[in-house]
Amino acid sequence: MKNILVIAETFQGKIRKTSLPAVTFAAELAGKVGGEFSIALFGSGVAGLAGELTGFGAKNVYVVDAPGFANYLGGPWAKAVVALAQQAGATAVAAVSDTFSRDLLPRVAARMGAGMVSETTAIVGDGAGVKFQRPMWAGNVLGTVEVRTPTAVFGVRGTDFDPPKATGGASAVQNASIAFADDGKATYVKFEPTVSARPDLAEAAVVISGGRGLKDAAGFALLNPLADMLKAAIGATRAVVDAGICPNDLQVGQTGRVVAPQLYFAVGLSGAIQHVAGMKNSKVIVAINKDEEAPIFSVADYGLVGDAFKILPELTDAIRKHKGL
Amino acid sequence: MKILVTAKRVTDPDAKIRVKADGTGIETAGLEYKLNPFCENAIEAAVQLQEKQGGEVVAVTIGDDDAVQNLRTALAMGADRGIHVKLPDAQMDSDLAARILVKLFEQEKPDLFLLGKQAVDGDSNQVGQLVAEYLDLPQACFASKLEVAGDKLTVDRELDGGMETIQVGLPAVVTADLRLNTPRLPTLPNVLKAKRKPVQELTIDALGVDPALTVATIAYEAPPARKGGIKVKTVEELMDKLVNEAKAL
Ligand SMILES: Cc1cc2nc3c(=O)[nH]c(=O)nc-3n(C[C@H](O)[C@H](O)[C@H](O)COP(=O)(O)OP(=O)(O)OC[C@H]3O[C@@H](n4cnc5c(N)ncnc54)[C@H](O)[C@@H]3O)c2cc1C
Repeated sequence: MKNILVIAETFQGKIRKTSLPAVTFAAELAGKVGGEFSIALFGSGVAGLAGELTGFGAKNVYVVDAPGFANYLGGPWAKAVVALAQQAGATAVAAVSDTFSRDLLPRVAARMGAGMVSETTAIVGDGAGVKFQRPMWAGNVLGTVEVRTPTAVFGVRGTDFDPPKATGGASAVQNASIAFADDGKATYVKFEPTVSARPDLAEAAVVISGGRGLKDAAGFALLNPLADMLKAAIGATRAVVDAGICPNDLQVGQTGRVVAPQLYFAVGLSGAIQHVAGMKNSKVIVAINKDEEAPIFSVADYGLVGDAFKILPELTDAIRKHKGL
Repeated sequence: MKILVTAKRVTDPDAKIRVKADGTGIETAGLEYKLNPFCENAIEAAVQLQEKQGGEVVAVTIGDDDAVQNLRTALAMGADRGIHVKLPDAQMDSDLAARILVKLFEQEKPDLFLLGKQAVDGDSNQVGQLVAEYLDLPQACFASKLEVAGDKLTVDRELDGGMETIQVGLPAVVTADLRLNTPRLPTLPNVLKAKRKPVQELTIDALGVDPALTVATIAYEAPPARKGGIKVKTVEELMDKLVNEAKAL
């Protein structure tokens, strides 16, 4: 795993910033095993974005730009990633764990004959004995794993590695000619983006999540003025998403998004282990719940027992005054 | 349509898991085991397809001797027969599970292979995708809606940032997300019926699968605990703490 290829992701024509902590992971791993790393960018019309990736100390920034890559399909993309890894002499592939890489990377691993570590949170030790940590059982257990294959694939927890630092140098941009091998077995039909003026959950410094305690869409909407003032992202529990109050990609937890903002508000949610798995690394956690026994209080820095319908307007007011708005 | 579907045995998803003092695994005393919730969604989807258009549903579990109990739950939900590959979790990684399932796929030749998108113990989210690549099949992962028309499957996938729809030709691999359906609770008559449904026992030796692991978990520990917080009584007190103590606002 001395030559690491990082997949940078694009979303709606832009580099997805939340995919870049994998660069930090690769730089750290390269340092610990005495290797080097490069970054790869796949897509259609993405060549112009390569310049955004050249300042992080990568040896090369590979661009695979062809119309076939306009939309993602697991089979053809895995073939392309492995073809590029071979061209580049890469012995490891890494990407931040999100729905794109969770779909893609295991296929890449199978094709390379590589062991894959999902949701890597830390690199332990160095040299030939390097090992990795990853959460299991909804984050209740931290496993240390070793990769037993000569090549390796890593899904990287974005919240456990910082955004990459500018190194001053400039990586060489290489246009790799890799064809989109369409096997006709799968076709893209459509994508319906979640339209929101708010920051992305994984990028926001403040996240305000609501749970079943807010009852319905009208109750959940009480989070909006607070989120507006704090430029916060809104999150939700599975219960709220299942009820159709929120789109699925606002679900925070074991099976949804993993976030670690500076400040996390948990409002009217109980703190089920599956939810806590997605937010317990937040810097400061505030819980508002009418049940003083709610498990969320055991992970909260500041707990306020009471009725969210009464507290939310008061809190919104207090923050408005504090901000001088 | 013939459907192969997974039925993994996992620790109770709501149990508080503790690590053994010597770091060799988790404390299993008093733990209950359940069918992996995502597999329940996969089984429900398989049974619904069968109810609509006939065919056979074959459920498979890989696990220790007790895993047959969870396989029986799949049979009680409506699967026609079961396959139990005897191999404890401790001797398995995602890749080995996938290579076993590849063998079963080759044996059973289903039109559709439905799996849970992840198991709530290992949380790896790899097996369906590995199987798809090993068999060079199309995949539709994190499915929250599934429609069959002829030899094509239209699947809605829950992604970060929105909902995607793709179409895959059969045979295909689909991994189920929680919103795909609401798994049925087996009725008592169906639980009794499930006891008489055939279950084939297999070993990896018999299947000719290499037991080598690609990734081995060599130690388990409890994650660092968050230090306990405090309760505040009023919004004013909360504001004071957030502004002056945490400097978070
Ligand atoms: C396999 C699996 C995966 C899962 N993945 C996830 C996941 O990724 N994310 C996730 O969130 N969940 C997940 N869940 C679901 C999880 O187990 C819980 O069911 C869910 O998180 C509960 O949501 P909740 O806290 O909103 O609802 P509840 O548990 O019903 O809690 C509601 C809370 O609101 C409080 N309340 C009620 N009224 C008020 C009021 N007026 N003011 C203040 N407080 C009030 C109550 O005291 C209670 O604590 C998963 C479950 C399974 C089985």
